[in-house]
Amino acid sequence: MKIALLSTFLLVLGLPLAAQDIPYIKSDQVTAWKNSDSDTVYVLNFWATWCAPCVAELPDFEKINREYAEKGVQVILISTDFRRDVDKRVKPFLERHKLESRVVFMDETTPNNWIDLVSTEWSGAIPATLIVRKNRSFERFFEKQLHFEELEEAVQAALKN
Amino acid sequence: MKKALALLTIVAAVVAWSFTTAPVHNGYHVGDIARDFNLKNVKGKNVSLAGIKKAEGYIVIFTCNHCPYAIAYEDRIIALHKKYAKLGYPVVAINPNDKDVQPADSFDNMKKRAKEKKFPFVYLYDETQEIAKAYGATRTPHIYLLDKNRKVRYIGAMDDNHEDAGAVKEKYLENAIDALRAGKDIATTETKAIGCTIKWRKSDAVKPKEAVKQ
Repeated sequence: MKIALLSTFLLVLGLPLAAQDIPYIKSDQVTAWKNSDSDTVYVLNFWATWCAPCVAELPDFEKINREYAEKGVQVILISTDFRRDVDKRVKPFLERHKLESRVVFMDETTPNNWIDLVSTEWSGAIPATLIVRKNRSFERFFEKQLHFEELEEAVQAALKN
Repeated sequence: MKKALALLTIVAAVVAWSFTTAPVHNGYHVGDIARDFNLKNVKGKNVSLAGIKKAEGYIVIFTCNHCPYAIAYEDRIIALHKKYAKLGYPVVAINPNDKDVQPADSFDNMKKRAKEKKFPFVYLYDETQEIAKAYGATRTPHIYLLDKNRKVRYIGAMDDNHEDAGAVKEKYLENAIDALRAGKDIATTETKAIGCTIKWRKSDAVKPKEAVKQ
């Protein structure tokens, strides 16, 4: 009984720590990152929990996040899942995979209005990644699954630029 | 002289830069004549555009079984076909995905899905991916509206809300078909939408690291 109580207590205590909150963003947030004067290299990755190539490349983005955060690189994983799936799919996914990178949800209903704001090169397929460092005019866009080498090469190019 | 050289270098660099970063857009643009094809339908027989009788145009939709965005549009595609096929604009659905990369999109699974949902339109298998490449499709769903002469009149999404059909404000595709039928200019000829990447065949047939359960 005591053990059961204790476990319940620990479980309740642990819940707020385990559940990663997902901020909802609008497209103007993407524009703000693209126009930021902070000298940060933003790695903006558009993904979804059910997208196999997106899920396959996540560990590589996590590795970039771990190895380059202190060098001024910010990885932001922008979920394009359905809004109704945020609680029942996206949050459990984040807990299961213990993602350390920043995750936000794209709270827009009309992709035609914001896809070009990310990149005019983007047709809308995911995964898609934009690497941007505004004050050095660096911008590189990929509409495909990335592997670590290619991703790191682009991040290093942004840092050296 | 030095200045001129420097300027020339800058110009050359800018030109090179603009070439390397220019949007890669293979395939058809609005106004191009789209090629016909002869693809296997879920009901067994092959289908070509030329073989579709009394067509005034064609609603070619690259779609598939597994992609949640495509699934979200299934009922709307059925309704679209029911509304427009009798007016001469049938839906021609094409699955371009490689079955080794995404087994849910195999021909057998296409047949299954077409039966489950009672697709009233043809559902074709672009097994070689030749047609998706020729058209320039990149995602599912990806729509090409063709007129009677197979001239591309609209490329993009069906409407402005993939998640909630009830919240749609603008029906891009229907507006385009209606304008075409009325002999008017199509106001919006291209739109973009989020979709699943077409699962291109891998020469080494590498399977995705993680199977996604639907």
